[in-house]
Amino acid sequence: MTTLDSAVPRAARRARLLALLGTGLPVYALLGALLVALAFTDPGFYEPDRFLAFIRRAAPLVLLAAGQYLVIVCGQFDLSVGAVVTAGVVVAAEIYAEFPGAHWLVVCGALLLAGAAVGLVNGLVTTGLGVPSFITTLGMMLILEGGVFFWTGGSPQGYLPDDFRAVGRDDVLGRVPWAVLVCLAVGVAAVLLMRSRFGRTLVATGDSERTAALAGVRVHRARTVAFVLSGAAAALAAVLVGGFSGVSAQAGTGMEFEAITAVVLGGVLLGGGRGSVVGAMAGAFSLTALFTLLNLQGVSGALESTVQGVIVIAAVALGAADWSRLRRRSPSVPSGGPRS
Amino acid sequence: MIRRTGPLLAAALLSAALLTSCTSDTPSDGPSAPAGSASPSQDGGEDAEFFTQAEYEQQLALTRETPEGPEDRPWEQMLRPEMADTSQYAVEGDDVHLCFSNAGVFNPWRQVGLRTMEAEVALHEQITEFTVVDAEGQDDKQISDIQELSNQDCDALIVSPNTTATLTPAIEEACGRLPVIVFDRGVNTDCPVTFIHPIGGYAYGAAAADFLVENVAEGGNILALRISPGVDVLENRWSAAELAFEEAGLTVADVEFTDGDPAVTKSIVTDAIQRHGGIDGVWMDSGATSVAAVEAFEDAGEEVPPITGEDQQDFLQAWDERDLTAVAPTYPTFQWRTPVVAALRVLAGEEVPVEWRLPQPTITQDTLADYLSEDMPPLHYAMCGCEGMPGYPQDWGGE
Repeated sequence: MTTLDSAVPRAARRARLLALLGTGLPVYALLGALLVALAFTDPGFYEPDRFLAFIRRAAPLVLLAAGQYLVIVCGQFDLSVGAVVTAGVVVAAEIYAEFPGAHWLVVCGALLLAGAAVGLVNGLVTTGLGVPSFITTLGMMLILEGGVFFWTGGSPQGYLPDDFRAVGRDDVLGRVPWAVLVCLAVGVAAVLLMRSRFGRTLVATGDSERTAALAGVRVHRARTVAFVLSGAAAALAAVLVGGFSGVSAQAGTGMEFEAITAVVLGGVLLGGGRGSVVGAMAGAFSLTALFTLLNLQGVSGALESTVQGVIVIAAVALGAADWSRLRRRSPSVPSGGPRS
Repeated sequence: MIRRTGPLLAAALLSAALLTSCTSDTPSDGPSAPAGSASPSQDGGEDAEFFTQAEYEQQLALTRETPEGPEDRPWEQMLRPEMADTSQYAVEGDDVHLCFSNAGVFNPWRQVGLRTMEAEVALHEQITEFTVVDAEGQDDKQISDIQELSNQDCDALIVSPNTTATLTPAIEEACGRLPVIVFDRGVNTDCPVTFIHPIGGYAYGAAAADFLVENVAEGGNILALRISPGVDVLENRWSAAELAFEEAGLTVADVEFTDGDPAVTKSIVTDAIQRHGGIDGVWMDSGATSVAAVEAFEDAGEEVPPITGEDQQDFLQAWDERDLTAVAPTYPTFQWRTPVVAALRVLAGEEVPVEWRLPQPTITQDTLADYLSEDMPPLHYAMCGCEGMPGYPQDWGGE
């Protein structure tokens, strides 16, 4: 009996710790392992400049992962974010072609509004017309990609001036890149959002739409807002990507899948209702760290998509296994009879 | 217990991923439309391996020769011309209806070129009608375009073929109806009155590679950036460069495909700098993404090594502002003027060369100032031969 008594508080303490880390535990471990591996592979990696450059490179994906998290945790998908990034970069270039003197803040504001508008359409079509979000956002992706191709004839014409590109390229306050600050700000905002009533509403919606609706949650509105925020996050990522590499018709290619990979890697359950936004962002950092490590090992960048495919399947399989076992074990906890 | 399996499994998967990814180094994604000078072609001409020793040697020899014709009008110059009689095409009267079947305007090179051709047409009062049909990069559309144009009352037909083999039969058919002038990319028939093109891909690739051979110490690491595999013009450029590097003892650290995209290029160069701990020279098969490569070195805090580009203004400006060690071989856009000149000569019954080989100048440090123009848009090609034309620079997007 004594063993049992001591086991219970220990288990409780462990449970508290686990609850704190939440479903993100595997991703934090993975991120830690990757960062250690990077230190061994390339001793210069932790020089401040290089490490900040690493974060700058991860920043657009971190933003997309945060946005994608909001959509996934309430039980939906947003496949249109990569196309929003591409369209954002191309549209910015076209704006500058029309109005060469435009202030960069105005252009950024216009992009954010346009991104939010795309999200609004995604949200309204999904919730209002009942089209599954997978189809809605896939359609939106094709619409935007086709639109960009039609508009530019396959190669964008414009040019992004240096003041617009500063956010994605330059440093502020000495040597800290703008992109790192943007990343930090979005991270803090996302955490605060998820702690607010809206955040809890969103998770509840993803967990069980019916329960949430019965509890008085306006499910459709919550989901639409999630899509709007995801679209705006993608537009902000477009500012960073466009700033970093200039005009490109492939700026956002494949980013929607990188974002989804990052989110599931972060321990967020596809289908919604479980996972933390910090985990999703850690997933984005892990994915970038993994790609960096593969590059240092001399593995071709062309295999990135292969690695990504393996990760997505594995992470979802992992999540599913974890979940089902938890369900099986949970009834035994209140009875207090440890069977192990 | 259950929770702990998470990281373990993840670690196992990570190592699996590392293992699988070590087995192959081949790029998996296929090329899309290249943004560089040429349009795609799956056709390697007679030689599927993209390298013909005789052609390679001839091109290198041609770069050293002095072309015939007016020095200040390179689009009228010709190398080793074999003149052919065109009296059978001579027409009476002054009202010329010129027709042009264009492969497309899918990149800035072609946009500058088409603008230049239109300006050339405007120079000649006797051309009363100029019909341009855009095939939008599709072979089937260009085939029907050519059929349609040869049934109209065109006096001569200019064709810039989208691909070589597929368009050959359509051009052969048109040859029977009216004089046909082909430029940029060739066709597998000698029925056109003249085929206009600059020296070629080997000369381009060799010009860029020779510059690196001179400016990079032996054993240096060269990063080669290519648009996409399987395009004959681009394959020629690379095969000439590869040969030059091999002879000079330079190490080709990586050969990567950028798809002509700045974002892709920047991440490839950033990765290469990180992986090799520095790069001593960058060879590019076209200039559209040179500036992105330069930026990658800057953002990595490295000095920009000797680099090759093309005659686009953004690269020339970066070269000048940052005082780069650079060279810019060109695939000159002034070649778009030549077909109009040739058409008028043919219709006047004057001789034209069967193969009109245009010079292919290279911009070096010494000539950079001549081609640099702050007022032109970043994607303008400096070797357009259009500076003295009416409407310059506004019609080309300049100020």
